Amino acid sequence: MTSVGRLVLVCLFFLTVLSLLTPTAALAQENPYFVAYDHYMEEPGNLEIEYFSTFGTQRSGNDFHAFWGEFEYGATAWWTTEFYLDGQTTFNDSTIFTGFRWENRFRVLKREHLINPVFYVEYENKNSADKILKEGEGHDVESDFLISNAEARKEHIHEIEMKLILSSTFKGWNFTENTLAAKNLSNSPWEFGYAFGASRPLALKASAKRCTLCRQNFIGGVEMYGGLGDRHSFGLHDTSHYVAQVLGWNLPSGWTLRISPGFGLNDNSHRFLMRWGVTREITGFGSMVNRLFGGRK
Amino acid sequence: MKAVATARAVCASFLAVSVVLAQSGNTDRPPASAAPKYDPAIYAELQKAPEKARNRPNPLQNDPDAVAAGAILFEQHCAECHGKSAEGSRKAPSLLAPEVQNATPGTLFWLLTNGVVRKKMPVWSKLPEPQRWQLVRYVKSLGRPVPASESPAPKP
Repeated sequence: MTSVGRLVLVCLFFLTVLSLLTPTAALAQENPYFVAYDHYMEEPGNLEIEYFSTFGTQRSGNDFHAFWGEFEYGATAWWTTEFYLDGQTTFNDSTIFTGFRWENRFRVLKREHLINPVFYVEYENKNSADKILKEGEGHDVESDFLISNAEARKEHIHEIEMKLILSSTFKGWNFTENTLAAKNLSNSPWEFGYAFGASRPLALKASAKRCTLCRQNFIGGVEMYGGLGDRHSFGLHDTSHYVAQVLGWNLPSGWTLRISPGFGLNDNSHRFLMRWGVTREITGFGSMVNRLFGGRK
Repeated sequence: MKAVATARAVCASFLAVSVVLAQSGNTDRPPASAAPKYDPAIYAELQKAPEKARNRPNPLQNDPDAVAAGAILFEQHCAECHGKSAEGSRKAPSLLAPEVQNATPGTLFWLLTNGVVRKKMPVWSKLPEPQRWQLVRYVKSLGRPVPASESPAPKP
């Protein structure tokens, strides 16, 4: 493992430990998706610290465990900004840091409508060894992951990714559709992808008692995502597609746990992906920083 | 080496932020009496509710558990900005004000559903409809004494 990778892991560890010491947490009420996005922004001033893992099987190669940390901040009620650090372990190969991402989501309309659009823009600075599979795009296929970490990390990728998120909530259900366009800033064509999601809490009414295992704290659903080729060869040929069951558990202590077994839908896809994640929401983070630097009391 | 230096800088920044987080979390909050007075204009958003939304009755009006459930939801999602007793803070106005207490349940439900995103009030439609109505019941109950049977269960 490289010194960069070790540093990142140490930082994530300290951040997690320190977040445990912070008393100002709130029930996060997170959706359970790993890939799809809905139209809900992070509450203004709140910071969400997240850790996610993906275990994936690999035909004709070594299975892998990719992981990433997210720091999601509600800048305003209509703008959420998020910073990612990515890494992966390929079994019988190595563990490496694969890059960072900076994501921004903007709510377009002031009020709630039948369909709520959100504009998403992200900058990615990563290498070709990145395996977090946070989206399906272009002609990404399973065999791309056969290259050894030592070789793959030599290729650096600077990419801009944009999404149009269209999300609705009806009778407790959330339905969301994401359309993706990504451009490698080197001389590569635009690539496209999609994601769909549907989810619902197991109970719509809140309990009158404080509880951790109440049905309203669990949200279940399904998501589907994949690539749609690129500007020169748009379509489904030579693309990978996945469907995954998703389950989220929002604990009253401010933690959210998520798990998602996913399955490849064609021969270009990894046969099985197992994802899990843990999230901690910290309310009033912006005010804390403001107070520390002498802001208004 | 450049990548190592960049990673060190990024990690140092996040560690600094973490320390800020851990230290500031223990800062005492100002007492309720210190809550600022709000310009009545801030409540003007309530007037923007369409008539159809304003006239919607609360389907949980007669639910005996609605106030207690709403109190827990309020503590989890609203107290950070509106104050533990809904007295308001410098982030968000008091919900004890007559403008709020005299508003119809449908108006409060509409505001909760749509938020006031340009003024930092998030959209709360991510809470299922029955939970939003439970919150409305709780907020409306703050304008009158709550019978003991409707009080939320104490924190363990």
